Amino acid sequence: MYGIRFKSATVAIGTVLALAAGTAKAEVEIEYWQYFFDARVSAMEQLIENFEAANPDIKVTMTHFPYADYRTKVAAAIPAGEGPDVVQLFYGWLNDYVAANLIQPLPNDAFPPDMIGEEFFPMVGAMRDGDNYWALPTAVRSLALFYNKRLFEEAGIDGPPKTLDELVETAKKLTKTDAAGNITQVGITAGMNAQDHHWFREVLVRQFGGDPYQDDYKTVNYNSDAGVMAAEFYVGLANEHKVTAFGFMDEPQAAFKAGRAGMHIDGSFRIGSLNKTRGLSWGVTELPMNADGMKSNYSSYWVNAITTKAEGEKYDAAVKFMQYVTSDEAMQIWLDVVGELPAKPSVGLTEANANDDVFGPFIRGLAYANTTKFANESAQRQILIDMVQRIDLEGQSAADSIAAAAEAEQKLLDEYYN
Amino acid sequence: MYRSLSVRQKQIVWAWAFLAIPVVFYAVIRFYPTFNAMVISFQDWNLLGDRAWAGWKNYDKLWNDPVFWKVFKNTFVYLLIGTPVSLVVSFAIAYHLDKLRFMHGFLRMLYFLPFMTSAVAMAWVWRWFYQPVPIGLFNNFLAATGIPQIEFLRSTSFALPAILAPAVWAGLGFQVIIFMAGLRAIPRSYYEAARIDGVSNWTVLFEITIPLLKPTIVFIVVFSSIGFLRIFDHVFNMTTGDPGGPLNSTKPLVLMIYQSAFTDFNMGYAAAQTVVLFLILLIVSLVQLRILRDR
Repeated sequence: MYGIRFKSATVAIGTVLALAAGTAKAEVEIEYWQYFFDARVSAMEQLIENFEAANPDIKVTMTHFPYADYRTKVAAAIPAGEGPDVVQLFYGWLNDYVAANLIQPLPNDAFPPDMIGEEFFPMVGAMRDGDNYWALPTAVRSLALFYNKRLFEEAGIDGPPKTLDELVETAKKLTKTDAAGNITQVGITAGMNAQDHHWFREVLVRQFGGDPYQDDYKTVNYNSDAGVMAAEFYVGLANEHKVTAFGFMDEPQAAFKAGRAGMHIDGSFRIGSLNKTRGLSWGVTELPMNADGMKSNYSSYWVNAITTKAEGEKYDAAVKFMQYVTSDEAMQIWLDVVGELPAKPSVGLTEANANDDVFGPFIRGLAYANTTKFANESAQRQILIDMVQRIDLEGQSAADSIAAAAEAEQKLLDEYYN
Repeated sequence: MYRSLSVRQKQIVWAWAFLAIPVVFYAVIRFYPTFNAMVISFQDWNLLGDRAWAGWKNYDKLWNDPVFWKVFKNTFVYLLIGTPVSLVVSFAIAYHLDKLRFMHGFLRMLYFLPFMTSAVAMAWVWRWFYQPVPIGLFNNFLAATGIPQIEFLRSTSFALPAILAPAVWAGLGFQVIIFMAGLRAIPRSYYEAARIDGVSNWTVLFEITIPLLKPTIVFIVVFSSIGFLRIFDHVFNMTTGDPGGPLNSTKPLVLMIYQSAFTDFNMGYAAAQTVVLFLILLIVSLVQLRILRDR
């Protein structure tokens, strides 16, 4: 925050001096808000710098807040005519923001809907309502299978698994137990509290022949044979094959970082922190397919939107800024700084990016990814956490547990949409 | 006009001038939000957008929510185990510490230390203690001696006591200090008279010490009951991955309120729970004051 204040102070002094010299052009100042995440803030600083260089008459001030306060601040500021002209929000919050009249649709001339539909990855279509887009992402994220190269070498495994069956076999070779039979190294991490609930919903259920939701994610549909088989497979990793333990080392990503897990499913946003982990030699590959070769993935994204506070010349400046942050150049910067994937195939699927050892598997995953439309992501995640625990801790059958989860989630969706 | 007042009236004016500060403080910082929470509990509000009147909907939902009843029960388990255990343990410590002269100040400091420690830091250290093999302290010890490990935090039966233990320990220091102050306030002459009569230690304890400690006990019981009914930081920090423990086995009412408000953004529902918690605290405090005072 200090850095930004200092920067705006120096800019302000510069403006005053320029005005005194009588050479300054009238400046439009717009505000941009996002939540605090180190890499995102520095990427955005870089984007703002480039944008200001190209548009000397526009000044962009960025403010960021801890994630926990973000929604409260946005909700309080915009109706009061304060706060951001351009705001960042999670794709799943769009309905709430539109209903509360916090954001306005993007203008058709600057953002032609048909062109956007062609240029962006298909899941961005969720931001379209009739003839307008409400918001657009700079970057998207998807899942992939991280693996520990050193442990693979130690176990004499030549490469990461390609199918679910291979996944189980590979994990067996990577699992270690102590004399008392307690697992001290897991073949693959497991925990619905991490990214596994996405893997279960959008990948496993589909790979076992199901379709997790219907009716534009308003109807739960995993209470089927496919859902039961997916749950049996997932819980079986711990209870039947004994290649993992739920709650092992507190968090899945902690176990992987500590070199105590052979494999780990996580999002592209994890790349940065794994790169900073000393002594960890890791690789990443696409999520395993099923026996028939069917692949699936989950993707999510944060979007930027113009708030209802932006009017007149601020609105015009906000449109220009939105155009820049959704440009190819901005997407490449975001990929390089944050590690999040470009939202357009034209940037993402360039030869260099798609064949990149690290980004490649995630970018290729985008081509067959699905985006869950959550009504309340943490509550829906909790339902799957409970589903696994009823099987694991209370010995409920997978069929009963899936049925109970589907019922609870349907109730939640009905409450949200009606 | 001020000049025409009598001295007595001037004193009243000044008294009110000084009293105005706490009165305004209470009105703005305490009563207004409390009143507002009661109003919100009859509304639908997701923090964004407008509030809409919902009548008794939130209370109706609460009554029919199985999670609420689970949480309601947990809250009372925290109270009914936490309060007596901490009362007995802290009294035992204070009683013996009071008789001890050797390193008295140092020992008292050791007991008081956890009370001054941040609950968040403490909760995370205990969270680490409770982890399964290969990182958890307790389970590594069990594994080394060949005993099967215990899934402390990932068990529907052990998780709540596992969280309650550090919470009791954290509050102990304060209660020990209060008990010791209470013990010191009992006139020595009673003990001397008892010794002259040749009464046993147990009789002294039950006939002199405990009856004369009644005001202290009342204070500690009320104070710690309110604390356990509002338990939050230990539970929240020890179970962040699955807030409220496996299948809500450790979730107290305050955590459910927090989740309804700040992860589900259902402010009306959260406010309704707050009103219920307020009523519980009120009733429990009144009942305790009544029972422990007139007897």
